[in-house]
Amino acid sequence: MKDDGGIYVALIATFAMCSVIAVGGANSTVPEMHRQVVDVHAWMGDRTFSELYAIAQAAPGPNVVFTSLLGHYVAGVPGALVAIVAMCAPSCTIAYCAARLVDRFREARWRIVIQAGLVPVTIGLVASSALVVARAADHGIATVLITAASFALCYWTRIPPLLALVLAAALGLTGVV
Amino acid sequence: MTKKEQSGPSAASPRPGAAELFVAFATIAACGFGGVLAWARHVIVKKRGWLSPEEFNEQFALCQVLPGGNILNFAVMYGCRCAGALGSLAAVLGLVGPPVILMIIAGILYRGSGDLPILHGVFASLAAAAAGLLIATAVQMVAASIKSRLRPGHILAAATFLAAGVLRLPLVWVMAVAAPVGVALAWWEQR
Repeated sequence: MKDDGGIYVALIATFAMCSVIAVGGANSTVPEMHRQVVDVHAWMGDRTFSELYAIAQAAPGPNVVFTSLLGHYVAGVPGALVAIVAMCAPSCTIAYCAARLVDRFREARWRIVIQAGLVPVTIGLVASSALVVARAADHGIATVLITAASFALCYWTRIPPLLALVLAAALGLTGVV
Repeated sequence: MTKKEQSGPSAASPRPGAAELFVAFATIAACGFGGVLAWARHVIVKKRGWLSPEEFNEQFALCQVLPGGNILNFAVMYGCRCAGALGSLAAVLGLVGPPVILMIIAGILYRGSGDLPILHGVFASLAAAAAGLLIATAVQMVAASIKSRLRPGHILAAATFLAAGVLRLPLVWVMAVAAPVGVALAWWEQR
């Protein structure tokens, strides 16, 4: 199964890289994941990517577990496990090493400077994620309207995000999309 | 690890073992729809009283400068402080393990649903709504940062968006430029 081995190597390379260079959480890496799994490797189309993203958002847990859903779609259960380990192991190793050193650096000025410096980068990346997911998910008037409604509900009211997803799923059952 | 008392939380703080860490972080994961951070604070600070709010913020601050998911980094660092390497492993497995099992089940159902046209509409609607949620998150972040007058940081955020979102450049290139520039700007502003 030489071919399968290649898929695992590509999964590991993709997610390990995302793990090490992501700042501001897993949502920042959505553009890179989309680029890799849709554009570079053509493992899935836009539509599947956006739907898997939505399923991950509808489920409880940290955002990084989205990678296991992508991995599962690409290569089944082993793919899911390979993807989540590749996404977690590098950054967790770095965090573990940092935990051993933290007391000396907790109030260090460099930490405050780096944190402040990464804020604009994170904002740019999360905005990129929003653009990438919206482009992948919206392919008609109905979906664009749902995106707009979900944005409005979340931005101007205090409803839990999950409720917006439940409402959208119910709307989908009626067959309007 | 047991010898290095000063490297852990203050002496008054309880030190949960690996099993307790696993359960606590699994609880956080199970309750955390969308925002896991709020639940982490609730469980660790309020419900279990393992850290004071100040200690929590202090520990979380470092997690935000490290690469990877913030809450994942918190699990590693807090787990390590309480019970060493085993504590880190238990906290991460609790946080990630159950949701991954859920994702695998969801993935199997998704692949098996290909023949049902009605579910196409449901998934398409879900995806469109999830896009709206992410746009709301992004707009909230922009709104929070734009209160001050135009600063170099705003231009950097826009440039990052252009590079990663519009031009779709590889993240490695974007980060190789944007992160050092951001840190340099912050250093220059805080001189």
